[in-house]
Amino acid sequence: MIVFEQVSKRYPGGHEALSEVSFELRHGELVVLSGHSGAGKSTLLKMIPVLERPSAGRVLINNQDVSHLQRSAIPYLRRSLGLMLQDNRLLYDRNVFDNVVLPLVIAGMSPKDAARRVHAALERVGLGGRDQEMPIGLSGGEQQRVAIARAIVKRPSILIADEPTAHLDAAYAHEIAELFQSFKSVGVTVIVCTHDPALFAETRPRRLVLRQGRLIEGAE
Amino acid sequence: MRAWSYQHRKAIAHAMQRLLRQPLGTLLSALVVGIALALPAGGFVLVDNAASLARGVTGSPEISLYLSLDATEADVADIESRLRAQDALAGVQFVPRDAALKQLADNGLADVLDGLERNPLPHAFIVTPRQEDPALFERLHTTFAAWPKVDHVQLDAAWVQRLHTLLSLVELGVSLLAVLLGAALVIITFNTIRLQILTQRAEIDVTRLLGATDAFIRRPFYWLGCLQGLLGGLVAWSVVTLSIALMRPSVEALAEAYGAVFSLNGPTPPQVLALLVVAIALGWLGTALSVRRHLRESQ
Repeated sequence: MIVFEQVSKRYPGGHEALSEVSFELRHGELVVLSGHSGAGKSTLLKMIPVLERPSAGRVLINNQDVSHLQRSAIPYLRRSLGLMLQDNRLLYDRNVFDNVVLPLVIAGMSPKDAARRVHAALERVGLGGRDQEMPIGLSGGEQQRVAIARAIVKRPSILIADEPTAHLDAAYAHEIAELFQSFKSVGVTVIVCTHDPALFAETRPRRLVLRQGRLIEGAE
Repeated sequence: MRAWSYQHRKAIAHAMQRLLRQPLGTLLSALVVGIALALPAGGFVLVDNAASLARGVTGSPEISLYLSLDATEADVADIESRLRAQDALAGVQFVPRDAALKQLADNGLADVLDGLERNPLPHAFIVTPRQEDPALFERLHTTFAAWPKVDHVQLDAAWVQRLHTLLSLVELGVSLLAVLLGAALVIITFNTIRLQILTQRAEIDVTRLLGATDAFIRRPFYWLGCLQGLLGGLVAWSVVTLSIALMRPSVEALAEAYGAVFSLNGPTPPQVLALLVVAIALGWLGTALSVRRHLRESQ
């Protein structure tokens, strides 16, 4: 489903964020990506929705090489993914419903179907009935849940989350981790980047560990 | 198609929210755009009024064709049929030489004419062109002069030429003003949209992350620019209509002093429509230039 082949990323200043990283993720896997700060976790995740392109090697998603994807095709690739990057990136001038419905509006779904999907996604993350609230009035954990609802509302087959439990207290972090683990059970491939892999240990996920841009564990 | 119209409706609603969220800024922008448009729009309306005033004072221009003295009845019939075949003419009047002589006699020249051995006046046609276009007058003059048995063609429209030259000059001035102020409107819209893009940078980044195409991101900005243009156009219309209403009594009094009846007319419905379309088009152009430049920068 997701294949990294000898992927390297060198920035213009000469800093090498990733070095010959290779791995393959199968359908329905839950993968926890960890490593110290600056190990290249975020760079690796950003290559899947083509927020970054490799300097060398290939990234394949469903057998399609996205490393050299044309700019005009990138939005359509992103629509097929559930993305949750660092900080939740909610729009604070819109209510919960309008935040969660955004990917469906972008995809051109009819308002009726979109509303049904939004309510189902909010139920899934435990925020049913709170669609008219403004994000600023929610707790940090609830805001993360809104971001998760927005990521899953399209029912993507791949869900990518960069530090979804960052800045949350232990109780909220466990709730979010449980939520991600539950997605695995419905066949979603989940890649979670975290500083705290122990949070996800319950379902014995596959672990990918990066150190100074090199994959030191989980390559298979 | 439904999705496309839904996205446009959302984009319009979003653009209107943006305008309503900053009422003072929206009002000021509309006033600036409106005043910039009102100057050339008012100028065009005044030129239009001046043209109609000139028409009313001097009547319709005509062209006289004088036939040669040996022209026969058959020649007259031939010329008349040629004239009637001209689409550019609104009226054709034949003045027989005897009638012309009688008219001259009736005008107090009977004694002088009595001394003549024969009628010195030729048959004549007086024609009225459909349009007061100097180029048309010149073309008709050349055509008529080349016909057989037409001795002389006289344009009774020297004033038309002068009036058109004057009005063309004024119109050119107003057009230049329109271009300059239109450019100002484009710059104003360009800057407004630039500021909107800057304030919505986070939103643009999120939507791009979620798979929005450039067209999706640009859409609300285009609507915003067009709505701002429309508001400016409505302000311009109001300013011109109000100004004409304020000037009307004075102009009527002036015309009356010269023994004429004249009233200033406000913009006609087609002129209002043209004004609004131009305002929207300029808003769209400013937006297009701005999003092309600033969205590329934000990628």
